[in-house]
Amino acid sequence: MTGAQILLECLKREGVEVIFGYPGGAVLPIFDKLYDFPIRFILTRHEQAAAHAADGYARATGKVGVCMSTSGPGATNLTTGIATAYMDSIPLVAISGQVKTFLIGNDAFQEADVTGITRPITKHNFLVKDVKELARIVREAFYIASTGRPGPVLIDIPSDIQIAETEFVWPQEVKLRSYNPTYSGHPGQIKKAAKTIAEAKRPILYVGGGVIASGAHNELRELAEKINTPVTWTLMGIGTFPATHQLSLGMLGMHGTAYANHAIMESDLIIAIGARFDDRVTGRIDAFAPYAKVIHIDIDPSSISKNIRVHIPIVGDAKNVITQLLKEIKKVPDTKEWLKTIENWKKKYPLQYKGSTKLKPQYVIEQLYELTKAEAIIATEVGQNQMWAAQWYKYDKPRTFISSGGLGTMGFGFPAAIGAKVGCPQKLVFDVAGDGSIQMNIQELATCTANKIPVKILILNNGYLGMVRQWQELFYKRRYSYVAITGPDFVKLAESYGAVGMLVTKKEQVRPALEKAIEIDNTVIIDFHIEEEENVFPMVPAGEAINKIIGGLA
Amino acid sequence: MRHTLSLLVENRFGVLARIAGLFSARGYNIASLAVSETLDPTISYMTIVVEAKDEKVLEQIKKQLNKLIDVITVTDFTKKEHLNRELILAKVNYSPKDKAKLESIFNKYVGKLVYHKEDTAIVEAVGDDNQIKSLLEELGKFGIKELVRSGKLAIGY
Repeated sequence: MTGAQILLECLKREGVEVIFGYPGGAVLPIFDKLYDFPIRFILTRHEQAAAHAADGYARATGKVGVCMSTSGPGATNLTTGIATAYMDSIPLVAISGQVKTFLIGNDAFQEADVTGITRPITKHNFLVKDVKELARIVREAFYIASTGRPGPVLIDIPSDIQIAETEFVWPQEVKLRSYNPTYSGHPGQIKKAAKTIAEAKRPILYVGGGVIASGAHNELRELAEKINTPVTWTLMGIGTFPATHQLSLGMLGMHGTAYANHAIMESDLIIAIGARFDDRVTGRIDAFAPYAKVIHIDIDPSSISKNIRVHIPIVGDAKNVITQLLKEIKKVPDTKEWLKTIENWKKKYPLQYKGSTKLKPQYVIEQLYELTKAEAIIATEVGQNQMWAAQWYKYDKPRTFISSGGLGTMGFGFPAAIGAKVGCPQKLVFDVAGDGSIQMNIQELATCTANKIPVKILILNNGYLGMVRQWQELFYKRRYSYVAITGPDFVKLAESYGAVGMLVTKKEQVRPALEKAIEIDNTVIIDFHIEEEENVFPMVPAGEAINKIIGGLA
Repeated sequence: MRHTLSLLVENRFGVLARIAGLFSARGYNIASLAVSETLDPTISYMTIVVEAKDEKVLEQIKKQLNKLIDVITVTDFTKKEHLNRELILAKVNYSPKDKAKLESIFNKYVGKLVYHKEDTAIVEAVGDDNQIKSLLEELGKFGIKELVRSGKLAIGY
């Protein structure tokens, strides 16, 4: 078999059903074999979108996403998508073509040192130098991407390797002497944790994307209910725990609910699971949760004690460790008083927004929730749209909120929604966008209509790069420096791509427009003209303690 | 504070770049680095001396190194008995009347005067941290023109 055939055969055996990508000179042999190979290929209009789509597919399905590009510019275009997946620990295999092995290092046409460029933004990467190694490398790439703390892996394949021939040998198992993730928690640590939990008076569960990656949402719920402990989550942890649950505190951090932030600040025990105490969560680190002991459960040892001091570290897979904990916990803490305090905070500082004659973005998201009731997949761009989508939709299930958390990549949401829709065709998939972000990958409308991928794009259009404007308003004396942004007529734009466009300017149009968008079996853009200077509240200014909340009605 | 770590890594191209890249990306400092193949040609041995301002940073460095797929083991010699050695080559000022004096240094240290011509001599020496430090003080009395150090090598007992 040729290298190209071996690659595709390996992908098939890994269970790959779809590749997102873009052809080019250095991957011609692969595309020639793809021509009649039983794997679906989705041609995006930009390689960045291919990487985001593969990422969105992975987030929605839990499977490994696959994207492909040519060498040089094709591969460098993938990098934003790879970095996005890396920051959010998403399993992704990126395949890039490379110039012929004997040309590497010669500044050949469309050459870039792609393994060099992607080294700090991949979990691991490979440059294939011998076709005999290809099958093993592909196998290892999938294994590394999907195990332990997941992440993107890049395989750079020179074009002469793609045509070189060798016998195809499928490695039955993967063995890496240098890579052995720890899946079970240390029994001694589990015991200690169980004892500490029993003695807590004001415990809080703080959960993140690791719970989703591990598929531990049911165990998490069981644990929360067993120890009667409130749950707050990170942006990446949305959907790990039902937002409608009585023990739910919503998201914490910079734009978290006031009651989640007060609760973590006053807690005497933080049980962190698959979360990494990011600066958007902790605020001023030396003021964070001064009374709390910390139990930190994470599969990545380097996440533990990185930002804050941890008293009981437990390295392991969330699902396994929670199961171990559930068995070990005999005595549960008495949290009655604590839950009462929290109820009071919930009453005193509810999540709310001021009514207006103008259209409010929060209202749009609320209506979206009313119509879809946590059954839809919501992808977001980055900025205000992302925060409103996080705050005002009540997610009940994992893998229904798809957002660039760590890297904060504008232009992510739309292609990620495409990937999610390809992975979950039976689900309604929305991209909640801003008028800024959507213009970063708007060309993907063609991908949608050409491939009949009916995602629904909701543009919360305020004529601004809203989050930057908000910061300029609050911290730079309203000096609006290059944040007013124009765009096309989105309705006409949608139509020119063969999609459907709608304009909504009034509150009463919101629901009918959403209903219509759901009904139409096509890609739809709804351009919501919202209040221009609406802010995302509550808000904790960067570098402040997490309970120093400004704005809103609280 | 300086800490000595040893690493067993896969002997593949790009491994050194991964490790160097990790240090620069995360803002850690390398004081010295020595790499070579082991008896097993698929494995390389690295001795890295790192600068870490506290225990927490040192812990992170070790964890981040361990996280690299090509790193097989990380050993921290901070609290571990080990043997460490460094090789130095130094060009010092020389005059024939100093010869005996210069050579007498090596009664105390492992090394020798290797070469001399006109006003320059080259000496080689091997020793642990303290020995190298005090040797350099001795040589300083002659005036060191140029100094090359191998970086530290360490091996556990």
